[in-house]
Amino acid sequence: MPVYSDKVMEHFTNPRNVGEIEDADGIGEEGNPVCGDMMTFYIKVKDDRLEDVKFKTFGCGAAIAVSSMVSEMAKGKTLEEALKITPQLVADQLEGLPKNKFHCSNLGAQALHKAIQDYLSKHKKGGNDHGK
Amino acid sequence: MTKSYLDHTAATPLLPEVREAMMPYLGDIFGNPQSLHDWGDGAREALEAAREQVAGLIGARADEVVFTGSGTESNNLAVKGLALAQQGKGKHVVVSAIEHFSVLHSARTLAKWGFEVSEVPVDRHGMVDPDDVRRILRDDTVLVSVMHANGEVGTIQPVKEIAAITGDRKIPFHTDAVATAGTLPVDVIALGVDALSLAANQFYGPKGVGALWVRKGVRIIPLLDGGIQEGGRRAGTENVPAIAGMGKAAELARQHMAERINRLVPLRDRLLKELAARIGHVVVTGHPGNRLPGHASVCVEFIEGEAMLMLLNGKGIAVSSGSACTSRALKASHVLIAMGLPHEIAQGSVLFTLGIENTDRDIDYLLEAMPPIVDRLRQMSPLYDKFMKASRGGN
Ligand code: FES
Repeated sequence: MPVYSDKVMEHFTNPRNVGEIEDADGIGEEGNPVCGDMMTFYIKVKDDRLEDVKFKTFGCGAAIAVSSMVSEMAKGKTLEEALKITPQLVADQLEGLPKNKFHCSNLGAQALHKAIQDYLSKHKKGGNDHGK
Repeated sequence: MTKSYLDHTAATPLLPEVREAMMPYLGDIFGNPQSLHDWGDGAREALEAAREQVAGLIGARADEVVFTGSGTESNNLAVKGLALAQQGKGKHVVVSAIEHFSVLHSARTLAKWGFEVSEVPVDRHGMVDPDDVRRILRDDTVLVSVMHANGEVGTIQPVKEIAAITGDRKIPFHTDAVATAGTLPVDVIALGVDALSLAANQFYGPKGVGALWVRKGVRIIPLLDGGIQEGGRRAGTENVPAIAGMGKAAELARQHMAERINRLVPLRDRLLKELAARIGHVVVTGHPGNRLPGHASVCVEFIEGEAMLMLLNGKGIAVSSGSACTSRALKASHVLIAMGLPHEIAQGSVLFTLGIENTDRDIDYLLEAMPPIVDRLRQMSPLYDKFMKASRGGN
């Protein structure tokens, strides 16, 4: 067994927010260049806040725990706040990740950020009411 | 919780008879086999008795068996030791692409020392084609090493056919028989090889002991310098308890081989067949027929091996995986990649290796525990999602 923290094991065995949002406002997909795994984040935005966040992940235990943690951290945050979620913060919240699994936490943060950017780019076309 | 240990390639349980055979040498008979007094005699007798037993397992002469500290050491000694002994004649070494790292990395070391190494490819079943070996041989080839069976995908290699080719050209041929010796009949004379590695913990013996058989008359340079133990081919005070255990395990393996095989094959076949039927989208890796008796290796599509391994462990089931995420280096198994499996399929690798203590109940339990785990991970997988949408769209 990889040496995972209790927190990682807990999120891995009971991942929060698994799934897909049918009418998502933004979708972010990120492939892991190191091991070839994949994460997709779906977001629902209301009043500049992440009203809902869901994910699907093809990857190891760490990748699943990371996606779960990222979704939990992001939910309810403003877009600006959510964009400040870094891989290091995610790893810290998970009480650490094995060194060779740190890249899985990049994957989570990046997929979320991509989903937000996806939302922002679509939204800009309509009218720029979010960027305060 | 029901416990099912299905990872016998990693380690096998020690048989009680084997432990018994080791006990005297962990107790009163502690002497050094090289000593000339009675204490030494007791240890030496154990050593030589074990040598006979191991030789008996592989149809060899006892004085051709060198005890080592592991299968890995045997492979290192064979690959480096045989190549170095021949370097006056040439510096070309041939290995298969799916060798264990103890062979592949030894070959890599030889390359640093000025040898040239060629890798023989395998087909999609992980099988080496003897003709490919023939084609790759050169006038300056001084060693060929192709394993007897691959521990990751179970495929049994045409070692005899390859030995016929190397034998004609008088090129020393080593086979890593760690996966087969003690499991399948192995006869060094019938195989026609020049050196063969084996390890005790693959056949219910202790860890930390292996052996290398080297045909009489074949020169080998030792890796360890020191005393004259093991005919000067492996210096260092012998691990007498472990060697005694290996001897006993070899004797038992030889006695019970047919009955063990007859038990394992139906269990393996049932596992492969029913698992595929229950979870679908399963790729069996390795050769469909020509494989190790207790060996069932698969790739489960759309999900990743480490996640499966951990959830199975949570249910008390031990397996292993060749997925990139399970390896420390985050590289997919070189064996699966050499067989041409795409990376995302290789990610779903799960390896079940059965042993003599497994019964139909272990298979029942696995077949009950695994489908919900696979299902759960697939529900989480974007790849499965895409696949389902594509197949729905296609209809
Ligand atoms: S997703 Fe492959 S190591 Fe984490």
